[in-house]
Amino acid sequence: MNDIAIKVSKLNRNFGDIRAIQELDLEVEKKRIYGFLGPNGSGKTTAIRMLTGLLKPSSGEVEVLGLRLPQDAEKLRLKIGYMTQKFSLYNDLTVKENLQFIAKIYCLPSRLQKTRIDELLNIFGLENKINQLVSTLSGGQKQRLALAAATIHKPELLFLDEPTSAVDPENRRDFWEQLFDLCDQGTTILVSTHYMDEAERCHKLAILENGIKRVDGTPEELMQQMGVHVVEIAASDLRLLKQKLIKITEVITAAQLGARLRVLVKNSISDPLVFLKKQKGIMPGDRLSLVRPSLEDVFVTSTGEGRQ
Amino acid sequence: MNSLLRIQAIFIKELTQLKRDKMTFGMVVMLPLIQLLLFGYAINSNIRDIPVGVVDHSRTGLSRVLMQTISATQVVKFTEHYTSEQQAVTAIARAEIRAVLVIPKDVSQRLARHRTLGLGTTSSTKGETSRPIAQWVVDGSDTVIAAAIKGLRNMPLSELLRKPVNRNTPTFEVALFYNPEQRTVVNIVPGLVGVILTMTMIMFTSAAIVRERERGNLEMLITTPVRPVELMLGKIIPYMFIGAIQVIIILGLGHIIFNVPINGSLLQLADATFLFITASLTLGLVISTIAKNQLQSMQMTVFVLLPSILLSGFMFPYEGMPVVAQYISEALPATHYIRLIRGVVLRDVHIFEMTFDVYWLSIFTLAGLVVASLRFKKNLD
Repeated sequence: MNDIAIKVSKLNRNFGDIRAIQELDLEVEKKRIYGFLGPNGSGKTTAIRMLTGLLKPSSGEVEVLGLRLPQDAEKLRLKIGYMTQKFSLYNDLTVKENLQFIAKIYCLPSRLQKTRIDELLNIFGLENKINQLVSTLSGGQKQRLALAAATIHKPELLFLDEPTSAVDPENRRDFWEQLFDLCDQGTTILVSTHYMDEAERCHKLAILENGIKRVDGTPEELMQQMGVHVVEIAASDLRLLKQKLIKITEVITAAQLGARLRVLVKNSISDPLVFLKKQKGIMPGDRLSLVRPSLEDVFVTSTGEGRQ
Repeated sequence: MNSLLRIQAIFIKELTQLKRDKMTFGMVVMLPLIQLLLFGYAINSNIRDIPVGVVDHSRTGLSRVLMQTISATQVVKFTEHYTSEQQAVTAIARAEIRAVLVIPKDVSQRLARHRTLGLGTTSSTKGETSRPIAQWVVDGSDTVIAAAIKGLRNMPLSELLRKPVNRNTPTFEVALFYNPEQRTVVNIVPGLVGVILTMTMIMFTSAAIVRERERGNLEMLITTPVRPVELMLGKIIPYMFIGAIQVIIILGLGHIIFNVPINGSLLQLADATFLFITASLTLGLVISTIAKNQLQSMQMTVFVLLPSILLSGFMFPYEGMPVVAQYISEALPATHYIRLIRGVVLRDVHIFEMTFDVYWLSIFTLAGLVVASLRFKKNLD
């Protein structure tokens, strides 16, 4: 039994002169939640659209659930669920009508339809919204409905394109609980996000920027292998201190977090605390401490100006 | 089997959406109703009471009787008197009147010497032959108005001279079939069915797929196993019923209000209408796969609608068009349907006696469905 759900090598996609995806290699194991982390325009949606067969790659190999794309795109449709970034169910239909429509499109036998819809309404807490028009639902409810619709045919593989971008934090947490439930039941999930906390929940993730995969691995691996020291400084004039520190070549970035300045220092410095204390701008009374790297640090180091 | 299930799913979804869209639903009924009343009363090629003026140089009893005789035809109505031709022409330019009758000083002599009307008074000189008794100066820009006045050219004036009415045997006897009273509305109402169906059917379906794209539903739909042709069929079937409702409204009310006869069989009528509705719907679908947004689809609908009104034979007879226009006319589904429906409704013809039109509509539908399904790609490239 093959344990790989998605295998991609040297995938490219151009829109005219714009290279939306460049030389993407990817391997997603089954029954895992895999994350695409990246800023807007980093190619997350384009990558997902190619993996679902909606876009043809300019070059490269894509194999999803053992099917080669784009040739076998039609066969793949029955095995995958796709939740689009923009809500794409019908606003002028009720919750029930939407689910019935999708159930029929996937040709669920009519006996199963009702039980499956009831089951989904129960899982996603929409029982008392059955006959409500979708346009009157809240952002969180719409998103749960979209997930229900995407999983109605129990797909092996689920693609979620920024599923929580229009949802409040509490709903986001519940939503992730539901994703883990699905994953426990054997569904492979590929989710794109630009939230660090969400990315950290994934079993594995890839950080994308400008269509290029910068790093990938488990969040822990990424944080360990980052090759950067993270120092937090508590000082009085943080704005001024930041201006001074970021001019030093060994300092990758500095970001203010409330009353502290979080400074990323290159690995070439063996003792970053001693190194920083020698710098101008640090007062004798300032407190410096070495802290555990976060995913955001990984993101900052591997993308943008922080990239080595 | 699965295919049918998916078509049914789309069909039900479309119906539910249509039911919720009160405005569109209202238009389905109100559009044909209002257009029927509008066109039924407004379009009339039997022109009456054209406003005209007169320049009377003779000012005799005869000239007044002449004017009364002309007024009695009800083609024109004398509204103004002018003292000079100059004034009259200015009035025509200002569109106060459409034509002016110029009665010369010697109208009585001219009448007396007129070869057919006159008393047979011989000419005093050899050069002086019979001349028209008066002149019409007409704003000829509108050919229909001009033709109506030209129709007065040979009007009988015998009673003017208290002579018995000229009872000449006409060269031809004309028997007017199907519309003996020559009421324009009899020809207009069946044609109107074609025009209104063209408008609503193409408009509804041309927006159908574009709307899904605009609202983002399409991205979801194309990740499902639904096939393009299933989507197309599911989308057009609801509108077939709507088309049928509109035909019933137009022909039913046309029969009740305007007394338009329905001579042919209703089954034949239904067959012809079915052919035309499917042809229009698939044309709408083709537009829908080309247009990027609803505004574009609306513009393309108008692009088809205008020739369907003007070139289909609805307003102007096909025979009067130049050859190129006739080719365009033949390409339009509305042309063939208007021929068929006039055939069935007015002349009780069996549609298979008009094979060409039937074939054209069938082929048009098939081709449209194929093109729309091919053009509709299940990807975002």
